[in-house]
Amino acid sequence: MTYAKRFDGRGMDELRPMSAKVGIIPRADGSAMFKIGKTVALCAVYGPRDLHPKFMQNPETGILRVNYNMMPFSGHGERVRPGGGRRSKEISMVIENALLPVLDLKEYPNSVVDVFVELPQTDAGTRCAGITAAAMALADAGLEMKDLVCAVAAGRCEDKIIVDLNYLEDSHEDGADVPVAVLPNSGKVTLLQMDGEVTREQIKEIIAKAKEACKKIYEVQKAALKAKFVR
Amino acid sequence: MVKDKEIVVPGETIATGISFLPGKGAYRDNDKIVAQRLGIVSIDGKVIKLIPLAGKYIPKLKDRVVGMVIDVLMTGWRLEFNSPYSAVMTLKDATSEFIPRGVDLTQYYALGDYVVCQIVNVTSQKLIDVSMKGPGLRKLRGGRIIEVNSQKVPRIIGKDGSMVSMVKQATNCDVIVGQNGWIWIDGEPENEVVAVKAIKKIEEDAHLSGLTDKMAVWLEKETGVKVNPAAAPPAEEQATEEHPHHFGGSQ
Amino acid sequence: MYAEQKTHLLKALAKNVRYDGRKALEYRPITVEYGVSGSAEGSARVKVGGTEVLAGVKMEIGKPYPDTPDQGNMMVNAELIPLSNPAFESGPPGQQATELARVVDRAIRESKAIDVKKLVILPGEKVWGVNIDIVTINDEGNLLDASCLAAMAALKNARLPKLNEDNAIDYDAEPTKEKLPLSREPVEITIIKVGDKFFVDPLSDEEKLIEGRLTVAITEKGTICAMQKGGTAPFSAEEIDKMVEIAQTLAPTLRKAL
Repeated sequence: MTYAKRFDGRGMDELRPMSAKVGIIPRADGSAMFKIGKTVALCAVYGPRDLHPKFMQNPETGILRVNYNMMPFSGHGERVRPGGGRRSKEISMVIENALLPVLDLKEYPNSVVDVFVELPQTDAGTRCAGITAAAMALADAGLEMKDLVCAVAAGRCEDKIIVDLNYLEDSHEDGADVPVAVLPNSGKVTLLQMDGEVTREQIKEIIAKAKEACKKIYEVQKAALKAKFVR
Repeated sequence: MVKDKEIVVPGETIATGISFLPGKGAYRDNDKIVAQRLGIVSIDGKVIKLIPLAGKYIPKLKDRVVGMVIDVLMTGWRLEFNSPYSAVMTLKDATSEFIPRGVDLTQYYALGDYVVCQIVNVTSQKLIDVSMKGPGLRKLRGGRIIEVNSQKVPRIIGKDGSMVSMVKQATNCDVIVGQNGWIWIDGEPENEVVAVKAIKKIEEDAHLSGLTDKMAVWLEKETGVKVNPAAAPPAEEQATEEHPHHFGGSQ
Repeated sequence: MYAEQKTHLLKALAKNVRYDGRKALEYRPITVEYGVSGSAEGSARVKVGGTEVLAGVKMEIGKPYPDTPDQGNMMVNAELIPLSNPAFESGPPGQQATELARVVDRAIRESKAIDVKKLVILPGEKVWGVNIDIVTINDEGNLLDASCLAAMAALKNARLPKLNEDNAIDYDAEPTKEKLPLSREPVEITIIKVGDKFFVDPLSDEEKLIEGRLTVAITEKGTICAMQKGGTAPFSAEEIDKMVEIAQTLAPTLRKAL
């Protein structure tokens, strides 16, 4: 089978239209919105702040705590029951691990940096949009970071390697979905998951293309962070 | 090479080559000087540092802060002050008055009371002691508290207190700026509204140059009072005596 | 607690000056944006000053309740998510979220805002269920009034999804152009009491000092369709009458935003 033309007419390496805004939640210490196609991620950062329960405190460093959540009306199909489940628990954890390598929280022993990722509307790629938004929100919160973090899902649809899968491609039966997070300046990968079936050659190509795509996402992040201060 | 006073994001290369040294908020990655936070580049000779544009208040020794009593202990009070860590004020640091054993401590400081105090001890684990002993340190009666980003506090105070002094002159309000970003304001209700608006405006525009003059014009327009940016206030009225960072070039 | 702060607030209210310069019975600017979530059948974003709330409507097919076989179902749920306020915690809805959802539910249900009789697909067997979810984005006070507005706006924005031959929702098809059968438009106004002063649309700083509050839901005819007293301060009958009058006076202003 050949996937000659993408469902939404994009080129194989083409990302969906992106937009980003920083400082969208004034109550938070840092916040950002990232939109890619029809997927929208909102992120708020609170902290470093006092951590309860006390047994979670680490006297050597502050900790990062990510909470990923889909709003009840944000899913394709039926209402998403609030409260999360196994899926959001796992995604919260992998987002945490994707962001931690750039943060240094040793200055803030016993405290926590809370990151809340909320999806009001989705069309696949939510964890990646969440990471991209969270990196901006952490920078907006003024935390010390070695780099930003950009993320996108690349993958395979039939015989083609594609980037930024939408829902139809993500749920296509002959394909694979590979969410990747990249540190834009070193090119290192901090999130890697995959489901579907690919060859070793294909996964190399998928990761290479995801890294290329992340360069475009990085430019959007940088512009949004600086735009907050333009008068 | 990024220019002086330009805004950079974490991970952005500011300069290449070994002739520069990374200062606060920057780090070296091989031959590059890289930004470690969102900030404004400040190049001082060979040293490149970043002036932060945001960030939570982290307690420092000798800072004067505005705090709120959140608990009454056996031997003192616990205070919260817009930081990840709370502080303890012991009886002996609270007042020079003699406090008899077993007396109800809320008659000195009750829950929800605000004070302007000074940090006298910070341990590596961020256990913090504050004291009320010192000029200008006191319980804050009446008034209201607003919160600003603590990184903008130097700008709100201004050089030798010039900025906050303009706000006080124009609005006839009492204003005490804590290094922690909590600001106490007391005056006539309609004047307080202008003072709050002015402080929020300074916070928002803190990264712009020539802000003192702009604020002088703004305050005069809002209040009709002509203010003089050069008139420095007595130092003890401020919650800080530290010199502010220079964001812009035209102060 | 907060005795000093309460005295100070009352001093300002005595001059009819709020902490942000408004008058006691004045709302902050209200904006409503429709269709903010493409995944929902209807959605809206409401801003009241700095406070921001989203509401989304998801339709489902269900069985009618045995005692109302000729009526569709509706449900209001609210999530005070920790994204929107440092004091909110993750986890199941607490007292505040539950109260908020139920008070908004009552305004919509009791005013018969949705004509539930028109939501029947097969009498006694299949009816539409209207799920209204309210999610807070930024809490700078008065989530309740903002949430009721958002819920109504999302209902107005909703379009019924397409059904397949088996009367199940076809999620892959474009929704129909058919709107929800709405007959009334209730709005909720919460009146705050501190000391002997009344005001509306509280800021977060003012909410800390609330002694009593009364939420009044008002229909477009000016009738009252739900009420909820909050806080611990007791009200006299005259005070209640005064608060209802305030709600009736302000209701058209809020409705105009829809």
